[in-house]
Amino acid sequence: MSLTLAAGGRRRRNALPGFGLTLGITIFVLSVLIVIPLGGLVARAASLSPSQILSILSSPRVFSAFRLSFGLAFIAAVIDGFVGILVAWVLVRYHFPGKRILDSLVDLPFALPTAVAGITLTALYADDGWFGAPLAKLGLSVAFTPWGIFVALLFVGLPYAIRSCQPVLADLEREAEEAAVTLGAQPAQIFWRVILPQLFPALLTGIALAFARAAGEYGSVIFIAGNMPGISEIVPLLIVIRLEQFDYAGAALLATTMLVMSLVILLLLNLLSIWRSRQYV
Amino acid sequence: MSNHRRPGENRIVRFFLIAAAVVLLGAMLVAPLVLLLAEAFGKGVAAYFDSFSKPDTVSAIIQTLLIAAVVVPVNTVFGLAAAWCIAKFNFPGKTLLVSIIDLPISVSPVVAGLVFVLIFGSRGWLGPFFAAHGIKVIFAFPGMVIATLFVTIAFVARQLIPLMQQQGRDEEEAAMVLGAGGFRTFWYVTLPNIRWALVYGVLLCNARAMGEFGAVSVVSGHIRGQTMTMPLQVLALYQDYDSVGAFAVASLLAFLAVVTLVVRRVLEWRFRAELGYAGSL
Repeated sequence: MSLTLAAGGRRRRNALPGFGLTLGITIFVLSVLIVIPLGGLVARAASLSPSQILSILSSPRVFSAFRLSFGLAFIAAVIDGFVGILVAWVLVRYHFPGKRILDSLVDLPFALPTAVAGITLTALYADDGWFGAPLAKLGLSVAFTPWGIFVALLFVGLPYAIRSCQPVLADLEREAEEAAVTLGAQPAQIFWRVILPQLFPALLTGIALAFARAAGEYGSVIFIAGNMPGISEIVPLLIVIRLEQFDYAGAALLATTMLVMSLVILLLLNLLSIWRSRQYV
Repeated sequence: MSNHRRPGENRIVRFFLIAAAVVLLGAMLVAPLVLLLAEAFGKGVAAYFDSFSKPDTVSAIIQTLLIAAVVVPVNTVFGLAAAWCIAKFNFPGKTLLVSIIDLPISVSPVVAGLVFVLIFGSRGWLGPFFAAHGIKVIFAFPGMVIATLFVTIAFVARQLIPLMQQQGRDEEEAAMVLGAGGFRTFWYVTLPNIRWALVYGVLLCNARAMGEFGAVSVVSGHIRGQTMTMPLQVLALYQDYDSVGAFAVASLLAFLAVVTLVVRRVLEWRFRAELGYAGSL
């Protein structure tokens, strides 16, 4: 998420040219494409009166969509975190045939268009699909229910969790674990007390990124969700529906609410991971 | 004995962890790809290739290529400009600038489309002005380009910034001292240093531009044969119960994604040092 900035710049005069030009281009593009449009979004939402805002946000359909989008995104991101630790661990610590192919495949959900993910996951988890048929026999319908949304969100968030944990696991110092071994610690103790604390900030970052991605996900979800109001209707779909009814202000309000909630949760997770990393350094 | 090891070195534990990771990634990532091919070729090779002769599908492919042809060069120039001023210079507000570049990644694609409907839509701020001059932005090509630009703005810049920060500015300063002009310095010193990261960034930007669904869906209006892109066409064919057609188009997009990942692997393997530690995003 955050790119590391080279700290402690050298204080001598910079002789390189092009600063004004490139900064100008950057600021111009970002203003026109991102800052002004997003500002317009917030302004449009703010054009509603407080009572209108309250009545839109408290309607049962909107409320259940928010609960569904953010609740499922959160659960999916946490489970992605567990899978992320496991897969990152296996990819970093072990050697086995096919490892490099597996490692490359991890990025697939980044690169695969969401519509493609949507259509394949739907076919896979439909009641007559490869995974859907056995699950349906057990009485669990996945496609066209909230479970389907969960499966799609799990898919789109997976690489964030794995790729956040992988470099940290690779850079862990062997000595700390060996010291723990000589002090008589059990492997499980070493994992919980030595490895996990060091991994925790990266894990939280990965979960936060997976969550942010999953909460706003649209393409793959509308294929698999069934899109039933109040049951399997996500917030981005509600925004699209409002827009189709030319209710610009209502759509802007839902979008702004979603944006604010995402940013607040990302901020909290970042603060938590900074706090945790300070505790253990 | 087995207790006095680093965690995960027990052979049985190792076997189960590897097996769990392989099964999980197989089910979550490999199965969808295999199913995609099985469905696309489900009615034979002839039916697969036949689906690319439908005029609507051809038009969707052309639209997608045209959008990428505009978006990728613009985002490449932006990425180079942003990386140059951010990586080579220190100035107040740099962190903010980087955060704004990253912002679109955590914004829902639907919101990315929405902000431009609020500006250019029939009831948007500039909509009536453009309509009076006969320019269609929303439900037309320009809107689809702008929405795609928003979504993919960070991809080239994010590949370049960490790498160029890591490389510092000594080489460029040496070239300047030796009398090379700004452009020559960039062309002969900077560009060769960053070319593989640039190639990968451009490729990723291209894959995302061609595969964007949510943002384009909101601004396109889904006019068949006119404003459909490949991902939108996947949904349209799927809703028409043309399974082979939908999966055939999806297979092209999946192929593009897999090629992107393979090129990334090859570049990493051949030119690891020259790619820097650029993240997978």
